[in-house]
Amino acid sequence: MQRKHNLLENTIHGIFLLMGLVTVGFVLLISIYLIISGIPAIAEIGFFKFMFGKVWASTHSTNPQFGILPFILSSIYGTAGAIVLGVPIGFFASVYLSKMASPKVKSVITSAVSLLAGIPSVVYGLVGMLVLVPGIRNILNIADGASLLAAILVLTVMILPSIIKVSITALDAVPREYEDASLALGATPVETYFRVSVPAAKSGIAAAIVLGVGRAIGEATAVMMVAGNAPNMPSLLQSVRFLTTAVASEMSYAGEGLQRQALFSIALVLFLFIMLINAVLNFFIKKDKEE
Amino acid sequence: MKKVLALTLVLVMLAALVGCGKKEAAAVSTDGSTSMEKVINILGEAFVENNKDVKFTYNPTGSGSGITAVKEGRCDIGLSSRALKEEEESSGLVGTVLAYDGIAIIVNPENPVADLSVEQIAKMYTGEITNWKDVGGEDREIVLIGREAGSGTRDGFETITKTKDTCKYRQELTSTGDVITTVSQNPNAIGYASLSAVKDNIKALTVNGVAPTEATVKDGSYSVQRPFVLVTMKDKKLSKTAQEFFDYVTSPEVNDLIASAGVVSAN
Repeated sequence: MQRKHNLLENTIHGIFLLMGLVTVGFVLLISIYLIISGIPAIAEIGFFKFMFGKVWASTHSTNPQFGILPFILSSIYGTAGAIVLGVPIGFFASVYLSKMASPKVKSVITSAVSLLAGIPSVVYGLVGMLVLVPGIRNILNIADGASLLAAILVLTVMILPSIIKVSITALDAVPREYEDASLALGATPVETYFRVSVPAAKSGIAAAIVLGVGRAIGEATAVMMVAGNAPNMPSLLQSVRFLTTAVASEMSYAGEGLQRQALFSIALVLFLFIMLINAVLNFFIKKDKEE
Repeated sequence: MKKVLALTLVLVMLAALVGCGKKEAAAVSTDGSTSMEKVINILGEAFVENNKDVKFTYNPTGSGSGITAVKEGRCDIGLSSRALKEEEESSGLVGTVLAYDGIAIIVNPENPVADLSVEQIAKMYTGEITNWKDVGGEDREIVLIGREAGSGTRDGFETITKTKDTCKYRQELTSTGDVITTVSQNPNAIGYASLSAVKDNIKALTVNGVAPTEATVKDGSYSVQRPFVLVTMKDKKLSKTAQEFFDYVTSPEVNDLIASAGVVSAN
């Protein structure tokens, strides 16, 4: 009987282990595949020419050029812009929801935020394309609204749910005693939230921001629909192409050869960026646990 | 019982093997223009549907390579998205037009401009003309909408207007639908799209005074168009299957299929 029981336990253990290994396997497979298919083009074009070249003309009939600096900078500027706009909104919203809002208000707003998180990116893109882009054109009175600015605004909305939800979790986890002690010492509630609760939850909030960065830098569909996709060096009101959209927009037609290989190389660069962001995220989460 | 089962299985397998051996290796190979990928694949699939044992292949290499491949006998039918040059015809190749790819030049309905010449379009796309007032419109900056690198429509447009590699696009969008939506949203915009995709929310311009319709594309009076050509050798007979395929795709019964690829059938 005991042996039979052990056998069952071991089998289940084995199955779960297998499931875990499948995930690890996928990660390894994708990483190895990306590295193998991304290296040749970089080697052929030259690392510096590829990373710091300012011109991308992949299908030029006589002199194709593969410089991805415009994509790297657009991705960085776009993400930074979304963080600059999104973090204050998300941060104050989460402090309000976690500490000040009545339970009823909190439940309504948090479900709205969850809904926002569930909207597919193509819908963000569509609304951006039909409302935001013409809006920017009319308000700023420029020839065309598809621009870095439009991408930043769409990304700002898209990263809000990640920032708000993770920050709320961090703020909710601050022990009640800390706040009670502060209030008992005569601090006002607002002073308590910003001087006691927020500092206590700071690693969690930092993790939320990093998560937002990851979401913004990895977004392709919505950005592709509002940013115009011309491979320009980034400028706020100009059409730009991100790393993600550079891969997505040309992959469908790219024939065998250097163009396709270069797209894999772009994907590899993007992958490294996201790995870096994940490493930072892990650092904050680990720090949070230690505290 | 088991023995019987095994025996039956073996017999079934043998029958299958014999069956395989009997079939002749019927195949049609095509090679060439990447712009023709959509139409030739639709036709290939339909042909295979009707002739289950035929193997259809398409190798997307480009018009020039396709023509060379026919000449060297590496494929049955070459695909070219341009008319054959004289020296190619004199070297024994025959071109049969399968369809015409008409590209509509589209603007926002608010835009008063109704007609442009091919030269004007080329000058706009290369950045020589940057304001609508220079072509008879309002004083507005021209916003150039195009397709992504590698798109067949972009290749067709740039080839016809001779603007290859020199277009200064403001936006490079990844689908015909996106181009149409963007142009319909912006009165400054000009774009190009496959003729079949033109809808009411945008205005298709006349080019050199000719409106883009199936009829004007077919008779050649509408100039922003190019032929999709099937290339064969004059002196070399096609294999039986390849000839069947050739007859099938040039027959009027496939008109709907060709139209579903967004081009105008020639037959």
